[in-house]
Amino acid sequence: MAKVVVVTSGKGGVGKTTSTAALGAALAQRNEKTVVVDFDVGLRNLDLVMGAERRVVYDLVNVIQGDAKLTQAMIRDKRLETLFLLPASQTRDKDALTPEGVERVMDELKKHFDWIICDSPAGIERGATLAMRHADVAVVVTNPEVSSVRDSDRIIGLLDAKTERAERGERVEKHLLLTRYDAVRAERGDMLKVDDVLEILSIPLIGIVPESADVLKASNLGAPVTLADSRSAPAIAYLDAARRLAGETLPITIPGEKRGFLGKIFGRRAA
Amino acid sequence: MSIFRFFSKQSSAPTARERLQVLLAHERASVGQSDLVAVLREEILAVIAKHVQVDRDRVSVKMDRGEHVTTLEVDIEIPITAGVRAA
Repeated sequence: MAKVVVVTSGKGGVGKTTSTAALGAALAQRNEKTVVVDFDVGLRNLDLVMGAERRVVYDLVNVIQGDAKLTQAMIRDKRLETLFLLPASQTRDKDALTPEGVERVMDELKKHFDWIICDSPAGIERGATLAMRHADVAVVVTNPEVSSVRDSDRIIGLLDAKTERAERGERVEKHLLLTRYDAVRAERGDMLKVDDVLEILSIPLIGIVPESADVLKASNLGAPVTLADSRSAPAIAYLDAARRLAGETLPITIPGEKRGFLGKIFGRRAA
Repeated sequence: MSIFRFFSKQSSAPTARERLQVLLAHERASVGQSDLVAVLREEILAVIAKHVQVDRDRVSVKMDRGEHVTTLEVDIEIPITAGVRAA
């Protein structure tokens, strides 16, 4: 049975696209057939982060409007043969997405994939509501920062009201993915701690991704961070989060917290 | 200067946490009635305008959402020349 996951946040720039690429690749690395779908019509970027920007011929809007078949628009990843990308259109605006069209595409994808990961645009308008519409599971990407937490709270409210599941009286499974976390600054009291965010948003935690140069490095190269360097701290965090998405239970570790004495001193000074 | 700052270092995260808790408690409670302040402003003005002339530009409405109580402050300037309208 296909699972539809929406990666969402409300606020822009918190790491939705990075997380979509990393989680999608991590699930595909488990040999499960995965497609990542870019819903950010007009401002697509998932193709770039995945390193497939030069291979885009057709896009989601072409499929919705009947100008291309789904199989023509999907791009198979060059590194993982279980990973596919359905890009967004760059030249249209978000009104080109219709609820009926999106439903048709999702129904078709469900027949062929184990995982459908929808990369939501920022905001709470059409693109964002359509990206979450068919979700079984939501990954709410949040930075430990006041405006991001507030917007996540708003998005959680929408997930409980505006999704197909909510309208049927069912629940969308919601998970918090805390990104750009800096354990040293949190310990010093200059950044919201994991527990603060969890208490405020009260949804279960699926992973903590540390602030790391490896994330930018991976996007420079056009590779999901889990593929660029699978032993880097953010990659480990995403690989673990993907395992939890797939139903495994493993303890959550706070990256960067287990520092030795010297590490603490130098870590504090550097930051 | 910097040495004083070092000793009297106050962390900002607890403030962030508190502000969020208060804000979200209100936002969660008021979904769908986000323009409450605007509605109150109009209705209060209408009542007052029945009795005195009010310059709509000289009205300020302030809201302060606290942890336990919310205060609504409506400040209406009534010019001396306005005069009380006949009932």
